[in-house]
Amino acid sequence: MPMDESVRKAILGAVPSLRAFAISLCGNVDRADDLVQETLLRALANIDSFQPGTNMSAWLFTILRNHFRSEYRKRRREVEDGDGHYAESLKTQPDQVGQVEFREFREALAQLPADQREALVLVGASGFSYEEAAHICGCAVGTIKSRVNRARTRLAELMGVESAEEFGPDQQTRAVLASGE
Amino acid sequence: MNERKPQGRQTPMETAATNRNRKGTAKPAKLSRDVQARLGQQLRAMYDEVVSQGVPERFTELLNRMNGGASKDKS
Repeated sequence: MPMDESVRKAILGAVPSLRAFAISLCGNVDRADDLVQETLLRALANIDSFQPGTNMSAWLFTILRNHFRSEYRKRRREVEDGDGHYAESLKTQPDQVGQVEFREFREALAQLPADQREALVLVGASGFSYEEAAHICGCAVGTIKSRVNRARTRLAELMGVESAEEFGPDQQTRAVLASGE
Repeated sequence: MNERKPQGRQTPMETAATNRNRKGTAKPAKLSRDVQARLGQQLRAMYDEVVSQGVPERFTELLNRMNGGASKDKS
């Protein structure tokens, strides 16, 4: 069954962000790309359940997130440590995900509990509203807000930053991003 | 972590932020907007680096293949 061209475009358009989300979830580019591929196959197999006019990107993120969670649970039973496994996979491939400059940040991110990490990424980087993020994660909006808050606090602790000066000055971006709250 | 979680914490963020200034005891340590902004900036920079890589060929090919109707891929 050939798919609608607009559907195809919407799916392809979501791929770059899906990859970025997948990498932030699992910390490994190859595994993230497999995750994206499995997500696309699932989405295409269930394309009839997509409601036209709704957010394709959010729909795909939901599939990816749920798929990752179920895989993660499976792995967790096989591998003993949960988040430690993630952190370890980062250490063995320091340059794979990106440049060295994000390394400290990435390592701090890797130490967050999975539910905080995904909430922070969805709201803080993927550009979803709290409501959309709550829908993707299947939880209440208040839960997402609370997770994002805790994630930020914990990140700052892990990176040892208490004032913005420790990052170096950049007034403009600060102003822009502060409005995202 | 000895973080307390009072029952009624589902207040909107804005309210939570202003409350925190008055009675900061039971809340997690407050983060200045500056720190939040800088963390946000790093998060986005990391994320956008991947986004800027665009769509890898394997996914374009996958969609084309699926679109052709011959779905050899069984997941």
